[in-house]
Amino acid sequence: MKKERHVLVVFPHPDDEAFGVSGTIATHVANGTPVTYACLTLGEMGRNMGNPPFTTREKLPDIRKKELIEAAAAIGIQDLRMLGFRDKTIEFEDDEKLSNLIHSIIEEVHPSLIITFYPGYSVHPDHDATGAAVIRAVQKIPAEQRPKVNCVAFSKNCIEDLGEADIVHDIRAVADKKLAAIMAHRSQTEQMFKDMSERLKNEDPQVLARINYERFWTFTF
Amino acid sequence: MEPVELNTVQEAISRLANKDVYLHLETTNGAYASHNNESFFSAGAYIRNALVKYELGKITGNGPYRVGLKINLGWVYAEGITHFEMDEQDRLLLAGHDSEGKLAVSLEISRTPFK
Repeated sequence: MKKERHVLVVFPHPDDEAFGVSGTIATHVANGTPVTYACLTLGEMGRNMGNPPFTTREKLPDIRKKELIEAAAAIGIQDLRMLGFRDKTIEFEDDEKLSNLIHSIIEEVHPSLIITFYPGYSVHPDHDATGAAVIRAVQKIPAEQRPKVNCVAFSKNCIEDLGEADIVHDIRAVADKKLAAIMAHRSQTEQMFKDMSERLKNEDPQVLARINYERFWTFTF
Repeated sequence: MEPVELNTVQEAISRLANKDVYLHLETTNGAYASHNNESFFSAGAYIRNALVKYELGKITGNGPYRVGLKINLGWVYAEGITHFEMDEQDRLLLAGHDSEGKLAVSLEISRTPFK
């Protein structure tokens, strides 16, 4: 992985970074690159409450905030910013206000690489709206000064429309940190992870591929 | 949260009647419902901190339960309620969870605005 000056990660929900990106982040940190993670919401609308329920709609944000802090620490993020928006409302926010806010963070940390969701190919409305806001923010910067933008995409039509991901990171060297980040988000990932750790032990190729390789599409302006 | 106890919940609903109260009402299939199953028609609705006053409120059914509130000029209702909690701020939290523990509906009533 190329050494970057500074990496800025922008996602809407705690745990958005866990499966697809945490190995890449941990690798940048190991390379000595500072990483800023701007997380727009606290995942207030998460649905996993447990059976029997372990929390309520009102207490879930506090739990997810703690999990986010723990996950960020697990992969070595030094600069975690919680931007205070509300889960599932990003697409209804003022577009200009949102992109100005992200633009101000870009101006401040001056990243050489930004990681976010690919607008239109990321399934959750918050994902698409966040990615779109990042792209608008970068477009405010003169073309020759723009950082690279690597996008995560996983909609059913993403490969058909965008082609295969042009960047694939092998993150096996930091897989333990990635698993720790996934597990830190236990309120949302525990059920999924239970199944996954069993398959991981059995070296299920599908699960190994999902853990060990992280895929990105370079955004072209 | 605990499984609904009809009498306890009914008493709480009645106690909050005829007062200005803030409502949180939400139904959801989750943002991934149509991604995981393309034939699934995903729908949901959400309102937070609606200020209302109801003259009559009832919980009915045999579980999952239904809750209806007769407000000044109309109605509020939720169905699929399985669990309740009176939290430390004396708010009545009601929710419906599916067999995997995923929230499908939530109705909450508070004397003070929700955060």
